[in-house]
Amino acid sequence: MSVDAATVRRIAHLARIAVADDEIEHLQNELNAILAFVEQLAEVDVEGVEPMTSATPMRMKWRDDVVTDGDIAADIVRNAPASADNFFLVPKVVE
Amino acid sequence: MSARAQSSRLIKGATGDWEVVIGMEVHAQVTSKAKLFSGASTAFGGPPNAHVSLVDAAMPGMLPVINGECVRQAVRTGLGLKARINRRSVFDRKNYFYPDLPQGYQISQYKSPIVGEGEVTVTLPDGETVTVGIERLHLEQDAGKSLHDQHPTLSFVDLNRSGVALMEIVTKPDLRSAEEAKAFVAKLRTILRYLGTCDGDMEKGNLRADVNVSVRRPGEPLGTRCEIKNVNSIRFIGQAIEYEARRQIAILEDGGTIEQETRLFDPAKGETRSMRNKEEAHDYRYFPDPDLLPLELTEEEIEALRADLPELPDEKRARFIRDYGLTPYDADVLVAERATADYFEEVAKGRDAKTAANWVINELFGRLNKEGKEIADAPVSAAQLSAILDLMAEGTISGKIAKELFEIVWSEGGDPREIVEKRGLKQVTDLGAIEKLIDEIVAANADKAAQAKANPKLLGWFVGQVMKASGGKANPQAVNDLLRQKLGL
Repeated sequence: MSVDAATVRRIAHLARIAVADDEIEHLQNELNAILAFVEQLAEVDVEGVEPMTSATPMRMKWRDDVVTDGDIAADIVRNAPASADNFFLVPKVVE
Repeated sequence: MSARAQSSRLIKGATGDWEVVIGMEVHAQVTSKAKLFSGASTAFGGPPNAHVSLVDAAMPGMLPVINGECVRQAVRTGLGLKARINRRSVFDRKNYFYPDLPQGYQISQYKSPIVGEGEVTVTLPDGETVTVGIERLHLEQDAGKSLHDQHPTLSFVDLNRSGVALMEIVTKPDLRSAEEAKAFVAKLRTILRYLGTCDGDMEKGNLRADVNVSVRRPGEPLGTRCEIKNVNSIRFIGQAIEYEARRQIAILEDGGTIEQETRLFDPAKGETRSMRNKEEAHDYRYFPDPDLLPLELTEEEIEALRADLPELPDEKRARFIRDYGLTPYDADVLVAERATADYFEEVAKGRDAKTAANWVINELFGRLNKEGKEIADAPVSAAQLSAILDLMAEGTISGKIAKELFEIVWSEGGDPREIVEKRGLKQVTDLGAIEKLIDEIVAANADKAAQAKANPKLLGWFVGQVMKASGGKANPQAVNDLLRQKLGL
């Protein structure tokens, strides 16, 4: 598996990362090197093997249905570049 | 299905018949106190960002911990949809950027949902029954809310809904008309409300549907579909389908092709229109959420939830028909809401069920609809209506007075039996008293009395006069019998 220049641009766009034209070739090589490295895993026969989800066999922890959090609106918006009345303010987005 | 394809549900185009094929994705907000992965409240409204934890705001380092009740609610819903419960399901990240999605991804379930295939039986207004296949049900997070009308160049973002648990319920493409789609959503809403897993409040957006519509010539393969997003009322779902089906038929009959796209329904104009975001097909790059282990359920946990399920609408309907001798129509009306069915059962207990059904459906519902009230706010309680029916059954009051009494209790409240006593509403069954009234009226209308033999219709007029003179309190049967005697009929 390898990626072409168009795929690199597309991935960058999906991740909302600005990539200049002269960076594309370098990134393409880097990504392909990573993919080639990971592809070595394909050599292992995993037929019938369950994917491992945890290093120790454990069940996911459940929480009780109790309200234990919230009412910290001022903290929630504290780091926002812009806010008003505890709303986040963002450049207008209308689809 | 093939029989239905030939039925009246086909749409007539300029060049022949078309069949519309509909599938739905219904988003139902899970009834829970706290969110799916945080301890913040799910309460509707609230000041901006008040019901938000650091997890919901996706602050760095925050980890999701699943709310067990949301899991149980999803399993209950699956059982109510007669669906397979998957003992192992997986949460995935669905990646996209939007200001009301602070994580940059929605935690959802993609390849392994918690609930698999099931079905819903829908009864149409004409009495026909349709079985709608359920493809799957999965748990996912709701997003926040953006307000676009507060400022000329800025959008306001409130994350109160961010992280609230949703169930996405996906049907198979089994629906064949707007009517069927509406009946399906109504039935699904009834089931969810019976289960107590979603309040079904469409005005608040707690139940909303994405509707997939395509058209084809009967018997041909499926056509290209368009998805109408976020329709939030049953009526609009019907309107959106009607419009969309006709739009697609017009394009195809003109020799055009349907482009697969996402559309919006505009309730003001009654039309769907393209969302015009085709420059890039969505690529959500789903992958298993590394913060969450697979969701595992034991057979015992599932069976405990099954054992606790309430009686569901289909079973209740069958029981009402079987045990109370109700018509399927009356049973349908009464089981549509659990509160209504409970009210009816309280009134019907030990009384004539048909009379109870008539009073609940005609008098009570009629009055509730007129005033836009819910059954929970009915000014006449089941106990009060029961007392009115008892007074009528034992002959203390006539049917006509019973309706007046219902009105009095509705507007003033009180114990029906006391009201009858205090206001002298008791039916006059004393034959002597009735006879006296009849004699007076016959004497005052001797001409009409003489004509009665030739024109028996006049009997009705006399009955009316006597009832009027008695203030509606005379026993109508006694009046009728005595009048026939007096007039020699």
